[in-house]
Amino acid sequence: MIDFSRNYFDLFGLAPAFRFDNAVLDRAFRELQTEVHPDRFAGGSDAQKRLALQSSARVNEAYRALKDPVRRAQYILRLHDIDAVGETDTALPLEFLERQLERREQAADAQAAGDVATLATLLADARAESRALEDRLAQLLDGDRAFATARTQVRELTFLAKLAEDIDAMLASIET
Amino acid sequence: MALFQISEPGEAPAPHQRKRAIGIDLGTTNSLVATVRNGLAVVLPDSEGRPLVPSIVSYGERGVETGYAAMARQTDDPQNTIVSVKRMMGRGLADLTDARRFPYRFVDTPGMVKLATRAGVKSPVEVSADLLRGLRERAETSLAGPIDGAVVTVPAYFDDAQRQATKDAAQLAGLPILRLLNEPTAAAIAYGLDNASEGVYAVYDLGGGTFDISILRLSRGVFEVLATHGDSALGGDDFDHRVFCWIIEAAKLPPLSPSDARLLLVRAREAKENLSEHETASILATLSGGQAVNLTLTKAIFTEITANLVAKTLLPVRRALRDAHLQAADIKGVVLVGGATRMPQIRRAVAEFFGQPPLTNLNPDEVVALGAAVQANKLAGNRERDDDWLLLDVIPLSLGLETMGGLTEKIIPRNSTIPVSRAQEFTTYKDGQTAMAIHVVQGEREKVADCRSLARFELRGIPPMVAGAARIQVTFQVDADGLLDVAAREQGTGVESTITVKPSYGLSDGEIAKMLADSFAHAADDMQARALAEARVDAEQIAAATESALTQDGDLIDRDERAAIDAALATLRRLHDGADHLALRAAVESLNHATAELAARRMDRSVARALTGKRVDALSD
Repeated sequence: MIDFSRNYFDLFGLAPAFRFDNAVLDRAFRELQTEVHPDRFAGGSDAQKRLALQSSARVNEAYRALKDPVRRAQYILRLHDIDAVGETDTALPLEFLERQLERREQAADAQAAGDVATLATLLADARAESRALEDRLAQLLDGDRAFATARTQVRELTFLAKLAEDIDAMLASIET
Repeated sequence: MALFQISEPGEAPAPHQRKRAIGIDLGTTNSLVATVRNGLAVVLPDSEGRPLVPSIVSYGERGVETGYAAMARQTDDPQNTIVSVKRMMGRGLADLTDARRFPYRFVDTPGMVKLATRAGVKSPVEVSADLLRGLRERAETSLAGPIDGAVVTVPAYFDDAQRQATKDAAQLAGLPILRLLNEPTAAAIAYGLDNASEGVYAVYDLGGGTFDISILRLSRGVFEVLATHGDSALGGDDFDHRVFCWIIEAAKLPPLSPSDARLLLVRAREAKENLSEHETASILATLSGGQAVNLTLTKAIFTEITANLVAKTLLPVRRALRDAHLQAADIKGVVLVGGATRMPQIRRAVAEFFGQPPLTNLNPDEVVALGAAVQANKLAGNRERDDDWLLLDVIPLSLGLETMGGLTEKIIPRNSTIPVSRAQEFTTYKDGQTAMAIHVVQGEREKVADCRSLARFELRGIPPMVAGAARIQVTFQVDADGLLDVAAREQGTGVESTITVKPSYGLSDGEIAKMLADSFAHAADDMQARALAEARVDAEQIAAATESALTQDGDLIDRDERAAIDAALATLRRLHDGADHLALRAAVESLNHATAELAARRMDRSVARALTGKRVDALSD
């Protein structure tokens, strides 16, 4: 089956980089699942079935971790023993925090008013800022290999993703 | 069986015996069973050529009847003739908001609701098992032998309790279950393989009692479900009920007896079906009190009284698209599944929403069973020409735990690709706390009270520590059937306590044991029949192989050997149609023994034949 000690990039035969070709990951994921998925071992022994279940779950987890830029950035830092997920240190640049808090307030007002257009604009803005951060992270992680420095950007990206998710949920609550 | 091991070197060995694999669509209104024959998925009809089996079980004076036989009883004996049992699977009485629609005598037991029938109190699992047993028998007759493996479909939006209940029903019915498969996914397999499709598709599945929408990406033989949503209590039944209410109002009827209510529901369904083809439908009935009902329902009125049901299906469609991060315009095609999608107002609404006419080139009643048969065939190990495909499905509802304040902590979010395993750490909140209550829930809501409770258990033996020092890892694992296992382990101090629960839906282990015991008398018969059927198949195969060997290589044995084989063959034939599987097994063994020498000599001859004509360098490796 699969080697559980290998890191997620290794598992898919990818170089550990923030920027990569999504199509290559998709292909590697499908190929690996084709090998390990429990459907291939439906007639196998209980031990084989259990191993297939664990391997397939591991491949799904690895794919999820690498597919999404936020989780991918967090994972790259983790490979360098840097925790960007924990809640022990929540410090973020003040200017960044102020911008996001303002966005959140505007979103809450728009939700109360049922203002879909404003929510959509806020969502688009948050996503645009995320993309700019991703470009900066690509430079920090892949170019400069400045992992410790990148921690702030990764936390900002995580924060923005959560904000975008919340605005999306607000939109959903109005539209449906 | 010595004779079977012979094949000419250089030729492909004799193909392994095909497994009898079936796909079952266990529907709210109708069920089907299908298999793959000569590389083609086909529905197995009954002896009268009818593909559908009404999902009705009658516990009448003549015993248990299912399908059409049970359907004939529904107006005479509504309380003992169970229809739409799927709506009750894994559900408590409090969950059945439409319970008063049914004429049954419900028994409000903890966990799953039960039904008082002439044959005793039955759980929906047992009623479903009776349906499945009927389907199994149909398949065994059609395939001339016991079933090796079955895939049973469930609505994609079924939660863990409903899935577990379905799997238990299959086991109770003696079906060797290979997999639970989501209905829209099954349809996508049938459709996708048939049309060699690529791209993102939506499957809109409105059945008798459930609604599912699944968004799938079909790419190079991989069927990847991106998101699924639905309503496990919305279907064609609800359209019937609207018509039924309209009849009562229009005809100004007084409160009805169960028989009259059932009769009018049947008329309502007929009218609904008629309106898919015609502009008007007449509703004629004579009630038990002699009162006559004579009404005409127009398409316009029908569309009007069901408009909010149609709208209700579009809500999950929007949510599924949102979860998949897609717009309606990104969808390449919309596949319609389920008999209820024949209603023109549904087709219109779907076409309008997606901006394209839906795909209707497959029979919406059969496509799920066909897809399930294809999957069963593959899982059973039967090789086909184009079986190089893979299915990646998701869980429909988030799985989580209750935390402080009655709030839900999600461990596995909805639409996670399965199988999936995820762990989260929790800690104690009191000094010296040695036990922790773990409450597993499923659903999207923040408050535990608004989610479905799946299981409760306690982790004991946590070493006393100050609050917050213990590290308790709770692991959720969802298998390829979409079924959950939960384990908890204290790992802070190296002392470990592990417990694994299978979430139950209120059926205790004792109840399951009793049900199995009740079915034991039946099961003993089943086992007998299975053993006999297997022995017969073996007997037929060895007889055929022996005859073929005698024709080809009869010159390899002398007269006495030939006489022994002929005698063994004759005994085998005599016992073939008897009821004693042990005697038949013995006859198979004895024929096997009598042909052993012939088999060995045939092997030598084959090897000799293969060697002649080969160049010497081909032999030295």
